[in-house]
Amino acid sequence: MSFASPMIQEQANMPEPAAAAAKVAARNVNVYYGEKHALKDVSVDIPVRAVTSFIGPSGCGKSTFLRCINRMNDTIPICRVTGDITIDGKDIYDSRLDVVLLRARVGMVFQKPNPFPKSIYENVAYGPRLHGMARSKTELDEIVVNSLKRASLFEEVKDRLQESGTGLSGGQQQRLCIARAIAVSPEVILMDEPCSALDPIATAKIEELIDELRSNFTIVIVTHSMQQAARVSQRTAFFHLGSLVEEGSTEQIFTNPKDKRTQDYITGRFG
Amino acid sequence: MTSLYYALMIALALGAYFLVRSRAAALAGGQTLHSRPNYHGLLAAAQVIIPMILIHFVGSVLSARFVEYQSLVAMDPALLTDELRRGAAFREIREFASGRGAANATQALQAGAAMYAYLAALTNWAVLGLGLAVGIAMSLFSLRSISGEFRARNRFEHVVRYLLMACATVAVITTIGIVFSVLFETFRFFQKVSPVDFLFGTHWSPQTAIRADQVGSSGSFGMVPLLVGTLLISSIAIFVAGPIGLFAAIYMAEYASPKFRAWAKPILEILAGIPTVVLGFFAALTVAPLIREVGTSLGLSVASESALAAGLVMGIMIVPFVSSLSDDVITAVPQSLRDGSYGMGATRSETIKKVVLPAALPGIVSAFMLAISRAVGETMIVVMAAGLAANLSFNPLDAVTTFTVQIKTILVGDQEFDSAKTLAAFALGFVLFFFTLTLNVIALAIVRKYREQYD
Repeated sequence: MSFASPMIQEQANMPEPAAAAAKVAARNVNVYYGEKHALKDVSVDIPVRAVTSFIGPSGCGKSTFLRCINRMNDTIPICRVTGDITIDGKDIYDSRLDVVLLRARVGMVFQKPNPFPKSIYENVAYGPRLHGMARSKTELDEIVVNSLKRASLFEEVKDRLQESGTGLSGGQQQRLCIARAIAVSPEVILMDEPCSALDPIATAKIEELIDELRSNFTIVIVTHSMQQAARVSQRTAFFHLGSLVEEGSTEQIFTNPKDKRTQDYITGRFG
Repeated sequence: MTSLYYALMIALALGAYFLVRSRAAALAGGQTLHSRPNYHGLLAAAQVIIPMILIHFVGSVLSARFVEYQSLVAMDPALLTDELRRGAAFREIREFASGRGAANATQALQAGAAMYAYLAALTNWAVLGLGLAVGIAMSLFSLRSISGEFRARNRFEHVVRYLLMACATVAVITTIGIVFSVLFETFRFFQKVSPVDFLFGTHWSPQTAIRADQVGSSGSFGMVPLLVGTLLISSIAIFVAGPIGLFAAIYMAEYASPKFRAWAKPILEILAGIPTVVLGFFAALTVAPLIREVGTSLGLSVASESALAAGLVMGIMIVPFVSSLSDDVITAVPQSLRDGSYGMGATRSETIKKVVLPAALPGIVSAFMLAISRAVGETMIVVMAAGLAANLSFNPLDAVTTFTVQIKTILVGDQEFDSAKTLAAFALGFVLFFFTLTLNVIALAIVRKYREQYD
């Protein structure tokens, strides 16, 4: 992984500066799945304590890019990533960096709710136990309860913390996964289409939750729903065919897109 | 005669199939059929085959009884009531009728044989004729029932259903039959030997005295030494195969590159295909002497045939059972669970230990149970490597013996079916069966209790 060179800084396709200080900065990121060039020269800044949404048609590379930010792509053997991604100015593809610690700082919520086949309590306690964050049972209890509360799930499950997490409804499962992710106090939370498997009411609850979490976390969300992007995010990036087409404030992207393709997509011409 | 019968049946069925199908197809030109012509044909063939098989089966059984009875009567009516001579006499009749009989045959035997030959031919032709008549009648019936509304498709569905049901019934009835036959012989054994002596006796020596003055053949049937031997060898085997198999499976499923997996997995499975007799002489000729040498150099006394040798080789034998099945269930754990764990900052081994293995536990337990059942039921390796001596010993360096080996030893060679020695084999078999059944029940209970259901 090369360091960001001055050459790159001078390139014309620099994104416009984000509104707040950048938490995550990507420069010229390319991803290859074997022969396939899945992501082409993506450069973007993700502001701290705000929601950034990635939109675009299926297969445009938005999820691929999301998975670069916590190096989940490392688990795919044929995947190769070039370019620079920094969090707080530190290169996350640096060979000296421990990817396991990176993922504790950058949590992830997946498309399909994937609670572990364990109790609700054990699901949330999984990360804190892994990273030795609680010194006693009371401390662990506190972390679990707090995380469930912050994921607005506690009231619904407080009497059945020892029951299986897989017995919850789809929306509750997804909030459990969010509680699990925030239990390790990450700085960034990545959400890969977190509502695509949920009904409208469960979706509304998750969106409300995302809005609350914004004050403490930097959130990146991939979504197929443009309404959702408009509702929950402050910044929006539009991907198409593996390239980042346009990035800006959500309001600007949805009311006054600069690129013809963005306009076509948000007005429903394709995708 | 049987092959002629079945050849005719197949010809008739094929004829019915093609004839009915073409008739139905011709009919389909004018109107819409409920069922496609193919189903009319299939139903017709089934209607020929099923009654003809039934007739042959029932006819053969009945006519065999009839022929035996009549030919014995022709030879000497007194034979019918003499259970002992009856079988021998009928065998003689059949031998003579087929031309292999002795030249000095008695008048009575010749009469019996003549009756046998005459009736056997007669009943054979009768069955053949009846079968053919029914087959032809059924073909004609099928031809006549072709019509637009005829629901051949639904009828054929019934045929398929009953066919499948018959196969399932055969499997179940066979199992029940085996269990009951073993059970009855076990009861007969317990009439000769007390169950308490059998279950709790610590001395196994099934040789019974034939003459009163014979020495050293007390005939004691205490199964404890065999139980201990079986448990000892099986535990050694599972202690070898459990870790090796499970860890190999984890490596194959989670760490190995697809390339390595592609050739390593089939090789591991070849191990399951090595005949146990080959593994047996490997155990007896290579492993046992090696253990003996190492043991002697360490100052231990090792029997030349030891439980350890048999257990080790048996462990190697069941490695593929553990590894292959565990690999399958580990691979079946959804990737999303692993992603969830990696996303929390877990390493691979943490993910395997805390997420993958708990989710795969039911399958892994059943893999272990299958492997243990194999180990408990294995005979050849033990015969060759662990010996026949029924020592009551927990020392893996001693020679021990197992249920299966003793069953084999008892039933090889001449035996009469009313001695305690022969019946002991059935009692041992029953205990063995009970043993594996209990294992399975325990495994099921464990699986149900610790199941962590995903999805």
